[in-house]
Amino acid sequence: MPQPAENQSPEQKPKRWVYLLPLGLFAVLMVFFFFGLGLNPRLLPSPLIGQPAPEFSLPKLSNANELFQHTDLKGEISLLNIWATWCTSCRQEHPVLMKIAKSKQVPIYGLYYKDVPDQGVVWLQNYGNPYRENAVDEDGKVGIEWGAYGTPETFLIDQDGIIRYKHVGPISWNDWETKLLPMINSLRNNNDV
Amino acid sequence: MTSRLTSFCLMLFFVTAVPAEIAGFPFESETQEQRFRDLSSELRCLVCQNQSLADSNAGLAQDLRSELYQQVLTGNSNNQIISFMTERYGDFILYKPRFATKTLLLWLAPILLFIVGIFCLIRFSKFKNQGQQTQVNEEELQKIRALLQAEEEKQ
Repeated sequence: MPQPAENQSPEQKPKRWVYLLPLGLFAVLMVFFFFGLGLNPRLLPSPLIGQPAPEFSLPKLSNANELFQHTDLKGEISLLNIWATWCTSCRQEHPVLMKIAKSKQVPIYGLYYKDVPDQGVVWLQNYGNPYRENAVDEDGKVGIEWGAYGTPETFLIDQDGIIRYKHVGPISWNDWETKLLPMINSLRNNNDV
Repeated sequence: MTSRLTSFCLMLFFVTAVPAEIAGFPFESETQEQRFRDLSSELRCLVCQNQSLADSNAGLAQDLRSELYQQVLTGNSNNQIISFMTERYGDFILYKPRFATKTLLLWLAPILLFIVGIFCLIRFSKFKNQGQQTQVNEEELQKIRALLQAEEEKQ
């Protein structure tokens, strides 16, 4: 640090740019706040992306005597939707799932999460059933394996049973068209090559 | 579900003086109970995000508490339990962020700011100016003394 020479006036002021420092710091803070506060704290990155689907073996909703297992998710690209009848956002999401099922692009499997099986059966009878099959996770243990924290959650699983994407919250038709469907298509193309 | 849960959590927010839910979890030893208490307050409830597993009564927190309880009983180490949680829910479940390259700035910011603060304090503080002023004052003081003396001699 260069020391001021003795003969300089004692009232020598710090250089002008110093006065701009607080403004600069403020600007940096604003940039952080702008991006940081724009994030949705409910959307947590899933550590399961790129990992094989967690192992499970649960009774089917359609028939409690049959088992639905993680191995059933292999072989083709599919969606796994975590839902329950007590989940109001699932009700909101339901028509979109119906539409996706109708498009016949991918099968949708359900993880029926912490709910009474009979209620789910009635619910699907009343509103329509977009699911190829549902696994009943009454105590929520398998939900923990999948890192579920807020239904509805939807996983995109590839042909090899690897989780490729996780959507938290209800899927909108726009989400389907702009995020899920393009990913499904690119997974298909990669597999063909 | 989210809106219902949110309002439920909000309601709980106002009654959080309730101690950690230990009831219903009988432990074999005090160390086990202590570990359970420590871990459940270190882990975050992912539904009510500003509450620990110990504080929250959300359904998921209850499930994770019983998972934690089982693992403590089976004798899993703290590291095993924490990696079980982070493998499923990510680092966000930890109230205390890990020390990693991603969180380097977070951890080192206080030290950095402290150093910058000290630097600014030394560089721009009045200490230096005061020092110079007293030097100047010394000369002036002599003048003043001389003047005073002259005044006294007159009288």
